Amino acid sequence: MAYKRRIDRLPIIPADAKEHNVTCHFCIVGCGYKAYTWDVNREGTPEPAGNKLNVDLSKQQPAETTAWYSPSMYNIVKQNGRDVHIVIKPDKNCVVNSGLGSVRGARIAEESFSEARSTQLQRLTTPMVWRYGQMQPTSWDDALDLVARGTAAVIADQGEDGLFVSAFDHGGAGGGYENTWGTGKLYFEAMKVKNIRIHNRPAYNSEVHATRDMGVGELNNCYEDAELADTIVAIGTNALETQTNYFLNHWVPNLRGTSLDKKRAELANEPHEQAIIVDPRRTVTVNACEVEAGKDRVLHLAINSGTDLALFNAWFTYIAEKGWTDKAFIAASTNGFDKAVAANKTTVEEAAQITGLTPDQIRRSAEWIAQPKQGGARRRTMFAYEKGLIWGNDNYRTNGAIVNVALATGNIGRPGGGCVRMGGHQEGYSRPSDAHVGKPAAYVDKLLIEGRGGVHHIWACDHYKTTLNALKFKQAYKRRTDLVKDAMSAVPYGDRRATADAIVSAIKRGGLFAVDVDIVPTQIGQASHVWLPAATSGEMNLTSMNGERRMRLTERYMDPPGAALPDCLIAARIANNLERVFREMGKNDVADRFKGFDWKTEEDAFMDGYHKHEKGGEFVTYARLRVMGNNGFQEPAVGLESAGSTGGPERIVGTKRLYADGKFGSKDGKATFMETRWRGLQAEGKEEERRKFAFLINNGRANHVWQNAYLDQQNEFVTDRWPYPFIELNPQDMSELGLKSGDLVEVFNDNGSTQAMAYPTPSAKRKQAFMLFAYPTGVQGNVVSPGVNELIIPNYKQTWGNIRKIADAPEAIGHLTFKSQEYSV
Amino acid sequence: MKRCNHLVDVGRRHFLTGAGAISAGAAAATVLPSEAKAAAGGAVVKYPSNRLANVRDLKVNEPLQVAYPDKDAPGVLLKLGSRVPGGVGADGDVVGFTTICQHKGFPLAYKASDKTLNCPGHYSRFDCEKGGQQIWGQATQNLPQYTLRVDEKGDIYAEGLDELLYGRLSNVL
Repeated sequence: MAYKRRIDRLPIIPADAKEHNVTCHFCIVGCGYKAYTWDVNREGTPEPAGNKLNVDLSKQQPAETTAWYSPSMYNIVKQNGRDVHIVIKPDKNCVVNSGLGSVRGARIAEESFSEARSTQLQRLTTPMVWRYGQMQPTSWDDALDLVARGTAAVIADQGEDGLFVSAFDHGGAGGGYENTWGTGKLYFEAMKVKNIRIHNRPAYNSEVHATRDMGVGELNNCYEDAELADTIVAIGTNALETQTNYFLNHWVPNLRGTSLDKKRAELANEPHEQAIIVDPRRTVTVNACEVEAGKDRVLHLAINSGTDLALFNAWFTYIAEKGWTDKAFIAASTNGFDKAVAANKTTVEEAAQITGLTPDQIRRSAEWIAQPKQGGARRRTMFAYEKGLIWGNDNYRTNGAIVNVALATGNIGRPGGGCVRMGGHQEGYSRPSDAHVGKPAAYVDKLLIEGRGGVHHIWACDHYKTTLNALKFKQAYKRRTDLVKDAMSAVPYGDRRATADAIVSAIKRGGLFAVDVDIVPTQIGQASHVWLPAATSGEMNLTSMNGERRMRLTERYMDPPGAALPDCLIAARIANNLERVFREMGKNDVADRFKGFDWKTEEDAFMDGYHKHEKGGEFVTYARLRVMGNNGFQEPAVGLESAGSTGGPERIVGTKRLYADGKFGSKDGKATFMETRWRGLQAEGKEEERRKFAFLINNGRANHVWQNAYLDQQNEFVTDRWPYPFIELNPQDMSELGLKSGDLVEVFNDNGSTQAMAYPTPSAKRKQAFMLFAYPTGVQGNVVSPGVNELIIPNYKQTWGNIRKIADAPEAIGHLTFKSQEYSV
Repeated sequence: MKRCNHLVDVGRRHFLTGAGAISAGAAAATVLPSEAKAAAGGAVVKYPSNRLANVRDLKVNEPLQVAYPDKDAPGVLLKLGSRVPGGVGADGDVVGFTTICQHKGFPLAYKASDKTLNCPGHYSRFDCEKGGQQIWGQATQNLPQYTLRVDEKGDIYAEGLDELLYGRLSNVL
């Protein structure tokens, strides 16, 4: 039986409940929510005056009402030490989501720490250290002393290159400007750590180096552009599932034709809108576009996996040949067009051969992108790409190739245009220069496997679930961290210096001392020696920006669990302790570098970081962000405006689109076209893997699940639906493998093996499987090869393997539905 | 709001006339719901026991529009043709669900070919053969299902719900 909460009544928000601004801390879209809190012994009443919603709650409310919240939007949490009811519901007045809540964001409340209602009791509440053969609670002072001594000893022995770091670089939960600055100041200013990586890739690098090298920042448009575009080109992005309310609130109105009024108001004479989707797999996004726009206005280009580059070069060539380029824009705002046209020349027929598309599909899509409209007006085309491209074959060139098409057609900095990364997390990057890291950056996971480094600081990362070559990584990591565990266990309790010496001695024998800062016990945490409990969004004030650079402040609405602290303050306390320990070691010059971490609050870190260092940061303070509410402003801030006759604090003025003046982010203000020749499957070993194994093991996200399920793994609604990761398979392939719905299968190749449950999917192409990525009960990364591009960008998507049945569907799967996920009537 | 109304209309149209769904003029259940009143301040609401139909009114895979626990809460009775979770009747195949989507309150349309309820608002789908499990969608609840009882005469009574209905903070207003 499907999971049901058996809740048939919820407390009513009283009229005097406290209201807090909340930006959803999950995906990049950053939907606006409001958190309402009030004392646990009270509730409102149904009559309008008796409740915050000012509505008669004794009546059934209509569709899209603001006067309803689901059980998942409710909880009881601690606020300043007292139990309070909390409702976190979508904000109708937020321009991002207009009151929509996704299946992830609408569970923020339920996924909060609540002792009263037993939700998220997995949260770390106390620092923990390896003691008596298991993780045991201890004080902050004790844990930080151990971290500082272990770290300082390694640095004294190996230099700063012996300190390895895995750290978030984004916004939202496990990130934000406060926390990227806190960690950044520690590792890039107090130290110059080089062996550092980001949460989802094995090095410290950009996912989109190419567009930046061309002078085009990747978040250059605004969400409204999706409402204004004539054509939306979606590449390797399954937006309905992964940027849900961006798609529903801004793409769908255009596809449905309901944004026509806005178009008429802002842009005269616009034709009907259409969508081109480049994805080897038929996603629910493709289906929804067809439902809304009609099949004749959606082109699903189901290319051979990893061949995007050839398609883009063919578009570029064909558009240039047809003269459908924006010549004035190219002349005024770009360099290198002719050179790129010559270098990237790819005929439609050549691209058809490589991509598996028909020449007609390529020509038609090029027409939709660039053929002038009736009357000769330039077509407004928005290009949106995500992990299908980013984690795909030949990242750097492929990214460059799509920016070439956008630049050639004058679609950057203009209404209805943009060439943008769709994004996973929100953004929130504020750090001192990372120039010392170098390019290409160190392949950190490979170095760890090879036995390099002595201490590893991990911030909200779980390599065990989210890296490539994950099985081999885990094998090596366990071996190395076990050496240190055994050494620590051999020291009599209370002898800290002996413990530090034992750790150093184990490190000399190939061991690794691991410190894990996180909100929950992670899988890599099982191998760690210290856990430091962090606060998450809403348990601290947190700033981030979304995919259109919209910056908001989530106001603290509840207490962190137990002794948990914001990451920025944990970084500061590590710095304080390193300063103390280095001084004890007689290294005053080193100790002095750890000054400047006397922050008491996250706001201190914000003012030290973003406010002082980021472009336009001087205009941005918490007080002003509170006034700007859930609509915030779009970065960069360019000034302040008076609140007018209403009085109150000044408002922050932002930037709706980047490059609206045709000036780009390079020395001469021009964007540069890139030479992007096709070179087949680029990463080492991929072509051999493709030839050797039967199935493409494509992989990605699912609607229900946020990131690696770090919270969802304790949410019954999600684990009821997905007890194991699904693998979508064509029914004929299933039949040949002797599989029924829900059977457990092993996916394997020369890199490793993992498991999933078979989900029959008639729209799946033969021999093309799609597996849920980064799920705790079956890690797809186990079968992803270590092959990367020249800048150490992983290639998760092009993975091939074989599949065999492990067992009939286990009991936990018996109640599941395996019907098609595509809406139709 | 324009879009919202439009969608409701679309949804309603689909529900009434969509593939395999009940046609206009389909039997409306002949019911006189008893007065539904919430016990003031009670922790658990008291559900009415309402006769929704008789098993003879049901044909396999043809939805019967009903309402429970009151006329403002539309729902559906289904005889699915094979034994399912929560199913009642001699064949264990009679189930009832709300037909208002838990995501944003749009009316669901029944798709007889795969026995699912589908939302025209944001594409959510619920499996009537699996206790209303959300196959895909944006609702954070599986679909509220009726607790049903069939008496010796074949009359089908609804006597409870297993999730909070959309648009009300108490299942019984």
